[in-house]
Amino acid sequence: MEIDLSQFHQVFFEESLEGLDAMEEVLLDLEGEADAESINTIFRAAHSIKGGSSTFHFQEIADFTHLLETLLDEMRDGKRQINKEIVDLLLKSVDEIRKMISHIQNDEPVGDSHKELESFFSELLSGESSAEGSEKESESIDIDESESKFYEIDFFPEPYILETGNEPFRMFRELAALGEITVSANLEKLPDFDSLKPESCYLSWKIILDTDAQQSQIEEIFEWVEDDCELKINQFAGVSLETQPEPISTEPSSMTQASSEKNQAAAVPGKSLDILDSAVPSKQLQLEQTKKPESKAAKAPSASIRVGIDKVDGLIDLVGELVITQSMLGQLGDNFDMSKLNQLISGLAELEQNTRELQESIMRIRMLPIGFVFNRMPRLVRDLSSKLGKNVRLEISGESTELDKTVMEQIGDPLTHLVRNALDHGLETAERRIESGKDPEGTLRLNAFHQGGNIVIEVADDGGGINPQIIYDKAVERGLIQPGADIPKEQILSLIMEPGFSTAAVISDVSGRGVGMDVVKRNINNLGGSVEIHSELGEGTTFTIRLPLTLAILDGQLIEVSGEVYVVPLVSIVESIPMSKVEVSRIAGNMKVYKMDDGYIPIIDLTREFQIKGQSPSNEEGLLAIVEGENRKVALEINQLLGQQQVVIKSLETHYKSIQGVSGATILGDGKVALILDVVGLARRASESAAGSNSQVA
Amino acid sequence: MTSEIIQLIQEQEPQIIEDDIFADEDSSQYLSFVVGEEEFSVNILKVQEIRAWEHTTFLPNSPSYIKGVLNLRGTIVPVMDLRIRFGFKNPEYKPTTAVIILKTVDAERERLMGCIVDAVSDVINVAENDISEKPDFGSSIDSEFIDGIMTVNNSPVTLLNLDALLNLELIAHPFTAQKVSNG
Repeated sequence: MEIDLSQFHQVFFEESLEGLDAMEEVLLDLEGEADAESINTIFRAAHSIKGGSSTFHFQEIADFTHLLETLLDEMRDGKRQINKEIVDLLLKSVDEIRKMISHIQNDEPVGDSHKELESFFSELLSGESSAEGSEKESESIDIDESESKFYEIDFFPEPYILETGNEPFRMFRELAALGEITVSANLEKLPDFDSLKPESCYLSWKIILDTDAQQSQIEEIFEWVEDDCELKINQFAGVSLETQPEPISTEPSSMTQASSEKNQAAAVPGKSLDILDSAVPSKQLQLEQTKKPESKAAKAPSASIRVGIDKVDGLIDLVGELVITQSMLGQLGDNFDMSKLNQLISGLAELEQNTRELQESIMRIRMLPIGFVFNRMPRLVRDLSSKLGKNVRLEISGESTELDKTVMEQIGDPLTHLVRNALDHGLETAERRIESGKDPEGTLRLNAFHQGGNIVIEVADDGGGINPQIIYDKAVERGLIQPGADIPKEQILSLIMEPGFSTAAVISDVSGRGVGMDVVKRNINNLGGSVEIHSELGEGTTFTIRLPLTLAILDGQLIEVSGEVYVVPLVSIVESIPMSKVEVSRIAGNMKVYKMDDGYIPIIDLTREFQIKGQSPSNEEGLLAIVEGENRKVALEINQLLGQQQVVIKSLETHYKSIQGVSGATILGDGKVALILDVVGLARRASESAAGSNSQVA
Repeated sequence: MTSEIIQLIQEQEPQIIEDDIFADEDSSQYLSFVVGEEEFSVNILKVQEIRAWEHTTFLPNSPSYIKGVLNLRGTIVPVMDLRIRFGFKNPEYKPTTAVIILKTVDAERERLMGCIVDAVSDVINVAENDISEKPDFGSSIDSEFIDGIMTVNNSPVTLLNLDALLNLELIAHPFTAQKVSNG
């Protein structure tokens, strides 16, 4: 039977990426001392990736991980020292596998970039083994001369072995690949047909294997089932059963490759070092290269989510309660009279309670611990701090704080940026730190916690801090603020996130924050969040990011425009003013603007802009709602402000298409649909057309 | 008024079953309805449900025949007024006015769209052979929306091509058009 394996690809990708994350995490902890358990963890991850990729015929990954595994095997057996170079190399291969996976995910050719590392591995394996002494050498001679041996393998699997997903037949097939194999099954334990359970394994096997492979290679095949079976492997040398089998070259290709390249490696002794050296500076670049396909993959249509079983159990309980309430209400409705009114009211209250809890639990399914993002940081800090030559200690707390998956996907980049900035510009070099009487090792602290309906993420360093005076002077120079204006310190600091300001070379020279802070701010604002900066000169800087827990729900202000109800995100509303109290001027004939303290704000007549049938609000009764998006302010002409409420965001594009000026829709309490205004889009369009008419005037 | 329509549908039901039994293999069922003074039909498999006309939420900058969106049990579904789409002037909203929720597939996603009609009339069985090709002359409707003409009780019924009718590409937003002309 042909099984379409491609349906499992997604799972393989996800599991492999998880495995790689685990490898990376352990590798970063490894530095220096290594216990058997951590190497085993890495080994296991590599092994499952290898197994998966060969099952799905991703040969490049399989070959590559096989080499990796060989190296890890040596580490596990203590034949190889664990040092920084090896860890670097392993981290690099983690990147490489990740890259290969994302290539395959996007149906692209894998490319040759891993070849360099692969041949380097081969050299390392063979080169060191020849240098390390006779034991290894004799092993490789073994392989070369392929001396035939017999193994007698007694394999008594536990009855539940099939349930663990291990198929003895597959193992035999792998054994058969090592040499000639004779298998005899022991049927003694086989019960009568009536009592036979098809999921249980009643058989045991005696296997005679005629091979030139090492015992370790056989053990490797049984590695997965070690704990689920009784296994005896005995070796008999030399004697053949019937005919001497042809020496088949069944060793993994890498081994032969390794031995053939051994001479080469010896001939060019400096080569291996070269590759490592060149690897380090280019790492930063590579990180960025690999990031793109990854984020593309994350947007793949059938993204899945892993949910803790406790959350699912909680949901089932809630649904159970809901069903009970429903049947209670149903009974009540069958023969209802006014005497049962109280029962009805309490029943409805219960229903409301259940529904709300159900909604909250469903929302919680989308919640993932922020650790997923934080876990990327140790690697970044490690790479960057060694590149910058700074000693940095990373402290992470609150990594189990949960937030919406979509928010998390989008917070990764801004957070990376902040961490990078903190390392680059925030923390001083060890010498500078000693001079100012600080611990030469800088501290970078990542923290997350819940506060109200928000998640708060802090990125704090104990570096030099930002000098508000420099920013102040710079802002005056750029005409952003009036000279001599008295502005609170926090507000001055937040100026570094203004577009155009952040790129200023002066700031990044003076231990300020460098490039792209405006991008960070914009990304976070797009998520409906905000950034605050707190900085003490000489003591450090803390960035505090506040984000809504979910993107699916929004705090909305309902407004009425010519009889239509719209929702404006509450965070974007600055203020509202009666139109009668405002001086409106006209520019370029048609554009209405309103003068506020910090300049002219374009006014949008929503009735006209949206072509709503009806009169625009009159000057006597209408209001101007000042809203802000992407730092642009715009005033909306509205009839009145209605209530505030949380609304569930629904997409218009599910059954229709996107409409300019509208970011989505929601369903109000009375079942009617209300559109959510796209404040950012409206503001952008208004200021663009204002700029357009200005230039016309000019 | 909802009940009237439901009644209308229910009245048809025994007939549907009867027709099913005698249905020819080559024949399909169609839902016929009235727009203006003309009779139209769509394949019944494309019909998800029929609702009474109710207030829709206005969509900004939309063509006049897009009446807005409605809440279909939590899903936001756009509604098109077929009477305006087909050029019938000054449509009235009467008790028989109904919204037929139709399914269509484009770009591999299934979409829903509500279509306002003056009245839902019948479920009819028509053999493939009895659908004649669309006549090649001008009509009040763009001929690309027509799949063919069938004759029911000696009067013509226009079979609509839903994929063309509900194609979002063809639903031009005046605003977008305006922007293009500006640019």
